[in-house]
Amino acid sequence: MSQAGQSWGRYPDAKQSIIAISDRHHGLPATAETILPYGNGRSYGDSCLNDGGVLLHTSHLDRFIRLDVATGVLDCEAGALFSEILDLIVPQGWFLPVTPGTKFVSVGGAIANDVHGKNHHRAGTFGRHVLELELLRSDGSRRVCSATQYPEWFAATIGGLGLTGLITRASIQLRRIASPWMSTEVHRFDDLAGFFQLSESSDRDYEYTVAWIDCAAKGRALGRGLFTRADHAPACPDRRPSAPARHLRVPFVPPISLINPFTLRAFNALYYHRQRQPIVRATTHYEPQFYPLDGIRDWNRIYGPRGFMQYQCVVPPTAAEDCIVRLARIIGSAGGGSFLAVLKQFGALPSPGMLSFPRAGATLALDFPNNGNRTLRLLNELDDVVAASGGAVYPAKDARMSGHRFRQYFPAWESFSQFIDPRFSSSFWRRVME
Amino acid sequence: MLRVLIIGATSAIAEATARCYAARGARIFLVARDTTRLIDIAEDLRIRGATNVDHAMLDVNNQPAHAGVLEQAWQKLGGIDVALIAHGTLPDQSACESSVETALAEFATNGTSTIALLTALAPGMEAQGRGVLAIISSVAGDRGRQSNYLYGAAKAAVSTFASGLRQRLAKAGVSVVTIKPGFVDTPMTRNFRKGALWAKPDAVARGIVRAADRGSSVVYLPWFWLPIMLVIKHIPEFIFKRIKL
Repeated sequence: MSQAGQSWGRYPDAKQSIIAISDRHHGLPATAETILPYGNGRSYGDSCLNDGGVLLHTSHLDRFIRLDVATGVLDCEAGALFSEILDLIVPQGWFLPVTPGTKFVSVGGAIANDVHGKNHHRAGTFGRHVLELELLRSDGSRRVCSATQYPEWFAATIGGLGLTGLITRASIQLRRIASPWMSTEVHRFDDLAGFFQLSESSDRDYEYTVAWIDCAAKGRALGRGLFTRADHAPACPDRRPSAPARHLRVPFVPPISLINPFTLRAFNALYYHRQRQPIVRATTHYEPQFYPLDGIRDWNRIYGPRGFMQYQCVVPPTAAEDCIVRLARIIGSAGGGSFLAVLKQFGALPSPGMLSFPRAGATLALDFPNNGNRTLRLLNELDDVVAASGGAVYPAKDARMSGHRFRQYFPAWESFSQFIDPRFSSSFWRRVME
Repeated sequence: MLRVLIIGATSAIAEATARCYAARGARIFLVARDTTRLIDIAEDLRIRGATNVDHAMLDVNNQPAHAGVLEQAWQKLGGIDVALIAHGTLPDQSACESSVETALAEFATNGTSTIALLTALAPGMEAQGRGVLAIISSVAGDRGRQSNYLYGAAKAAVSTFASGLRQRLAKAGVSVVTIKPGFVDTPMTRNFRKGALWAKPDAVARGIVRAADRGSSVVYLPWFWLPIMLVIKHIPEFIFKRIKL
């Protein structure tokens, strides 16, 4: 039975049948249409959609298989969410080796998109910490893949957008922590040069770095923002390790986007000026530090019925500052602006996946309300700058890049295609192969 | 330490409920048909904090096997604080209309077997003088509707049986909790279009644990099914006959 489904960006619309997978020992269901694994739907564009086909929901495939508390190796089924893993491991002194900005992603999704986090300059992508994974193909074959066993399947499946088969389970190397607390410092910077200076000096000494930039600011203030650097804090016995439990929710989809040029400018200015001092130091729980938006459930609804588009690109280190300035100018002159603009420098650690997005350079992530062709034109303009620099755009956040651009950004696509399961497909893949 | 018996332990609602108890460090005994799944679930519950997890294979329609499995559970747990009966299927109503055999088999799975298990568990609970018998019935048991009245009839039998058992065991200090979930997004309901009335298994599981903790009598999960079913139950037959539900 066909159901409407949407990704986190609530764009585009897709209709597909849903089959729930709850037993990792079973084979894949027989279907007439193509299939695509679906974890928790946190991809923004159409890489987690399969219009006209079948989605294999893995939310019931979420069991823990083994946790070695001494070595920090966690073995779990692919539908397990980072949120569940954190609830399990943090009290036992372990943390995820790499985490994106939401904890509501599945392990399978994290592998299939080879996600990164604020510690990319230290730890690289999530795929680097996957010790092994089991890949189930539609021909019934199973492969336990790792860097040494079926390494080519391992490399194709990490960042492989769910197209190489169903990841049933994975084994992950966790990271030791002494407490759930983080020591953080937030620095205000006045322009992009300020960001790059802070980033240079911080990436050496801090595990987590990221910046928010005011995308609505123009002229001299272009690229002003707040730079956060953080480390896991040592144990502090006077604090009780409890997470803030209060959750807000956007209860319905407003008839129009609440994000428009006026609210956007106001929000950005307020956010920038919220911090009066140039530096603020604090000890905070890891949740607000890593997952500030998870505190507001269904926040993606604020963009109204038409949804929004994320755009995340990376530009090479040598051209980084110049490119980011040009991107910021194009966004500024389009007037649309971006509600949240996040800037970070990736490190040089190689990503293990053939189609992994992260590579050395500066990465900029932006949200745009979907204003139809106007937004598409703007993003195409951004693509011109990114492509000319030799950069790339993140498929997990994309709903619109052209096939030409995709193949330019990911030259390994051709060797990757031979690993695609013949019965697997996605809206994204059909679009970029056109 | 809480000692919990779960029958139908591989169902999504039961598994989510078991996770709540595991997080509290309970000792858990799982019963279901599929041993491979039981082994996976048992390991998961141990990692999530259960003090001990044992399991046994049982086809609930094989009534002669009930006693042996229940005996094993009593022994392994050394008493039962909470017994959750959660097994069930969602019969194909039209198949039940064209085959007497199918209809009776589905009634046995969803109705008779539960009554048998409750009957076998009751004396032990009564003798123990404490504990909770929690039974997953359904809102479908509140009124027969053409779309699934075989399932509804079996659940109605379970709800009515539980009501009588509750009266009987109250004197002994044992609570009988009838749980009536509405639509729950589980593999059992995979072929349904999901809308605003659908709940996630872990939300229902939290409701079950809360009801067992309190020793409630009848709970609708989520709560909004109480007013919905109140309305459905009170639609006069002459109107009910003419509508599709």
